[in-house]
Parts: sequence; C-alpha cells; structure tokens
Amino acid sequence: MSEHGSARVRKSRRLVERPLAQLTLVRMREFFREPEAIFWTFGFPLLLAGGLAIAFRNKPAEAVPVAVVSGAAGSERVIAALKADSGLVVDVLGDSAAAASLRMGKVALLVEPRGDSVRYRFDSDRAEARSARMIADVALQRAAGRVDPVAVSESRVTEAGSRYIDFFLPGLLGMNLMGASVWSIAFSVVTARSKRLLKRLSATPMRRGQYLASFILSRLVFLAIEVGVILGIGTWMLGVPVRGSLVAVLAITLLAALAFSGIGLLISSRARTVEAVSGLANFVLFPMWIFSGVFFASTRFPDVVQPLIKALPLTATNDALRAVMLQGATLGSQALNLAILTAWLVVTFVAALRLFQWR
Amino acid sequence: MSAPSAPLALSVRGLVKRYADVTAVDGLDLEVRAGECFGLLGPNGAGKTTTIEICEGLTAADAGEVTVLGRRWDRHPRELRERLGICLQDTQLSDKLTVEETLTLFASFYDVARPVDDVIAMVSLGEKRASRVVGLSGGQKQRLAVACAMVGEPELLFLDEPTTGLDPQSRRQLWELVERFKSTGRTVVLTTHYMEEAEVLCDRVAIVDHGKVIALGTPRELVASLDAEHVVDFTLAHDAEVALDLLQALPGVRSARRTAGLYELAVGAVHEALPGLLALLAARGVELAELKTHSPTLEDVFVGLTGRALRDE
Repeated sequence: MSEHGSARVRKSRRLVERPLAQLTLVRMREFFREPEAIFWTFGFPLLLAGGLAIAFRNKPAEAVPVAVVSGAAGSERVIAALKADSGLVVDVLGDSAAAASLRMGKVALLVEPRGDSVRYRFDSDRAEARSARMIADVALQRAAGRVDPVAVSESRVTEAGSRYIDFFLPGLLGMNLMGASVWSIAFSVVTARSKRLLKRLSATPMRRGQYLASFILSRLVFLAIEVGVILGIGTWMLGVPVRGSLVAVLAITLLAALAFSGIGLLISSRARTVEAVSGLANFVLFPMWIFSGVFFASTRFPDVVQPLIKALPLTATNDALRAVMLQGATLGSQALNLAILTAWLVVTFVAALRLFQWR
Repeated sequence: MSAPSAPLALSVRGLVKRYADVTAVDGLDLEVRAGECFGLLGPNGAGKTTTIEICEGLTAADAGEVTVLGRRWDRHPRELRERLGICLQDTQLSDKLTVEETLTLFASFYDVARPVDDVIAMVSLGEKRASRVVGLSGGQKQRLAVACAMVGEPELLFLDEPTTGLDPQSRRQLWELVERFKSTGRTVVLTTHYMEEAEVLCDRVAIVDHGKVIALGTPRELVASLDAEHVVDFTLAHDAEVALDLLQALPGVRSARRTAGLYELAVGAVHEALPGLLALLAARGVELAELKTHSPTLEDVFVGLTGRALRDE
C-alpha cells in the first residue's frame, strides 16, 4: 500500500466536472424534474398576472352603436358628423332595417335626418340610449357650428403608475422572490436530510460551503426566469411602468433573492421533516404577506409597529421596487432598504452555516 | 488475504460512545490490516454502526483513539475523506437524478476519481445508466450506493450492512462486487448481521455485542473455537425438558446449550453422539419434536458466546 503516504495529484477538469457546477446542475435537475415546483414557481405567478391582466386591461371607452336612416335629405352631412365622433359606431340603414335594428337593440339610437333638422328615436329607459342621444347631439350641433361657452379639459384616471395593478405588481414580484427562495431551499435541504443524503454527502471530500453555494447559484438562474416572467407580463401586457432604471430593479431582486435564500437556509438548517420545515416557513413568511405591503400599503398599520414592519426583508424589497418602478427613484435613494436586505443576508447566512446539521 | 505483518489500515483503541440513555460503544478495540476484508458481526444494537461511523469521521467519540490509514480525523479530515469510500446504512440517493448523473456528482468531489463509465460497468448498471434512481430495484439502488463509495478510488471501503433487506440474488451480486474490490489489494471494513455474509467475504471477523468485541479471528478460527465438528439441534414434544448436565455427559458431546426450547449439542461425530442421546430421551420418556444436524457456523459461535441468537427471525 505505497499509495497511503503519497500525495494524490489533482487532475485538471472541465468546469462542468467541478463540484460546484455539478451541485448546481443537480439543483436545477431536481427542480425542473418536479412539475409541481415548476407550476408554483413560474406558472402560478403567470396565471395570477394573467388574471390581473384581464381584470385591469385598458378598455377603450366603449363606442355606442347608432344608425342613420339613409336616403333622406341632409343625411350625408349627418353621417359625416356622427362618423367623426370616436364615441359612436355609425350604421347607415334603410328605413325598415333601421327600425328593426332599434327594436332588436342592435343600435341604441336611430337618427332620422329631415333636411335642416333631425329626429332621434330611442328608448329613454336605456342609459346607453340616453348617452347615445347626447353624444350624437353634441356631435351634430358642434358640426353645425355650436361653440361651448365653458372651456373644459379632461384628466383620465387610468394613467399608468397610479392604478392598483401598478401598486400590486412590485409586491407580487417581491412575494414571489420570497416564496420561491424559501420553499425551494427548504424542501430540497430537508428532503436530503431526511433521506440521509446530507450525511452521505458530508462523508465525501465535498466542501460544505459549496453545497450551500449551489443553492444560491441555482436561485440566480431561477431568479432570472421569475423576474423575467413577472416583469415581462407587467410591463408589456399590463402597462406597469418601470420609471427608474431596469438595472436598479434587477439589482434589488438579486439582493432580495439572496436575502430570502439565507432565510431559506436558516429555517432548513435543523429541521428533519418536510412537515416541520413547512410549519416553520409559514410561521416566517405569513407575517410578511400581511405586513409587508404586498396587497395593500403597509403604512395602514399603526405608527408604533412601522419600524418593525420596515425592518422586514419583504417590506424593504417591496418599498425599494415600488420606489424605483413607480417613482423612478435611483438605487442610491434606496440605500436604507438595501442595507436592511444586506443585513438579513449576512445574519441568516452566518447563522445557517453555524447551525446547519448534516445528519 | 494479507499477512499479519501488513500495515494497519484502521486502528481503534478503547473506543467509547455514550448516548443519553445508553452506552453504544463500550471500550472497543480493533485492528484492521491493509488489504484484508474485515467484518464486524453482531446483532442489531450491538454498536456496529456507531463504531463504523466514528471510523468514517461522521460521529465524534467520547473516548478512545481512532487511526485511519495512518491519519487522525482531527488532523487530516479532508485527506481522509478523499481516501475513504463510504456506504452508509440506508442512504437514499436523489430520486430525480439518473445513475450516471449521481455518479458524476460524486466523482466531482474527489481529486482522483474513476471514470464514471468504468464504475457503471463495474456495478453492472450499464442498462440503467440513464434511468432515474426512483425506478431502480432495491439491489440496483444498493449497487449504485456502493458505486458512489467506489468512485473516488478509495484505499479503504466502509460498508455498513450492505446487503440488509436485499433478496438472495442481489446479495450475491453485491458480494461479487466486494470480492472484486478486495482482489485489487484494497481494504474493506463491513458490518453485517448475516453470518453467511461474514463467512463468504471476510478474512477476519470481530463479533461485537453490547459495544465490545467478544471474539476475533478468521471465520474458520472462530468456528473451530466451538470445538465441534457438528451441531445437533433438537426440540422436544409437549414442552418437555431434559437437564443440560445429562446431555453434556453423553459420549461424544462436547457442550450442550438450550435457547428457548431449542437444544444444541456441539459434537465430534454425529454417529457417536446420537445413539446416546436417543437412549437418554427414551429412558426419560420424552419424545423428539424435531432433530437436525449442521456444520457449525458463526451463528453457533455467537450463540455460544452470548446465549442469544444473532437475528430474531
């Protein structure tokens, strides 16, 4: 056994054969081979955002259908005036067809030109018919030269940035970062511990820090997908603005994902069963769903508890994301929130490394 | 088999491990020579797993000295992990990975690793290379676990109950695997409660009970220590009893023992002992329920030393 004392020579290896790359690949394989995990991480926010996209879609002010009876004197002028109004959809019909359309409710208003005058036929019990009459009348009168004595201007409240969806989307992003980081790490680590796989790994020359680091690296890959899905839907389909820099948004999500990974590692550092870690994870996550301003502003809670709420990592994430996305804040202005996230990251990682049990 | 003068692969002195309510290992000593296959044989709860896990660097001892491959765990943990192959009792590898992926992962941890293809061929899992672990049979899973232990080209292989729960065919396949590893001159330390496994695989066996080594030697030496060419077992009908000293006094009987209702006689020659036994039973008016003879095994050695069976079956 002369090899006992001899130094073993490290062979050169391709990157993919290195332990950290292998461990990270294992994380990704385990994840992508679990259909349920894929759904809850990517599919669920996609569905949620899709549902919101339908609920908050930008409806054009709905045009009202009206019909003009053709053939009468002055009808050309009337048709031209009505068609010029974007609030109306104008049909030109014969006498009997027009009457039938009105009866069937296909049109809300029948306009009968009579030389210099017009006659409106409509059901005055229908709100839509009454507004059709008013819109058509304004269009005709203005076309004929009426000048309104009071000047008016309009401000539409559907402006992007102040709707509920604009408030909610950054919160959804933060909540998803938190849930995905904590759950994926907790399940993975605790399952490996309960199967004694952690103990088996600790019996190899594997560097223990690399095992924990592989969770972080794989989180970064998933992070890119999660953030891409939510931000993509938010900005393209829902028109949620990103007024600040996209780089700042990505930097915040990165730091948040690391901080939440630290929380995930910490809560899974000792638990032996998936049930135990689920309870622990809910205990940690639930207050943040409520207090951290996912669904409604955290400022609704009493002033006394505000400092505590502000110190929660999800509050810091949501506040920073909202400031950058909705108010165009710079990353520098969010220094406090970033410091809070960094503190969570450092404290949870150090604690997890010290408490982590391999068996 | 290695010569008694071969260097020690493993040396354990005065090992003690206590848990809250029980002393699992109670002053155990062991010396395993390089190149031999050494077995720790004992019933469940004898302290075999605790002992082997202390040797593997997974559990800290309360007292005693452990030297593995000339190194100590407190000084050279990483070097030792690099040079050891370990198969724990009842480890479940990740279900979602394939055989090849699992071995590639384990290979990545070692500075010197055997090519994954070689290891797959060695454990005869070529057809299952791309199968996920969840779809493997018990025997295949266990061969994969042993493959993970062998992928780092270990000088010393620890196998904790490698065949527990396997069917006879899978068990034999695993034995062949260990035999082949052994034939390359490397050292194996295994625990088992199957005496047959110890007899087939081990050059030397330590019988462990209550955290101590109670007998040590080659399987042949241990069996010879019984001083019996044959063992006669019998049971009596109607729960009848017969005194042990009467049995011991029979011609050709070297020792007699009774465990539950089972009498066991260590005899030199069956044909010398049997007439006397039958005559004694007839004279006392008791009837035989069953009578068998077999060659002595390590099981008989264990029963002889402890008065208990190795396994409750």
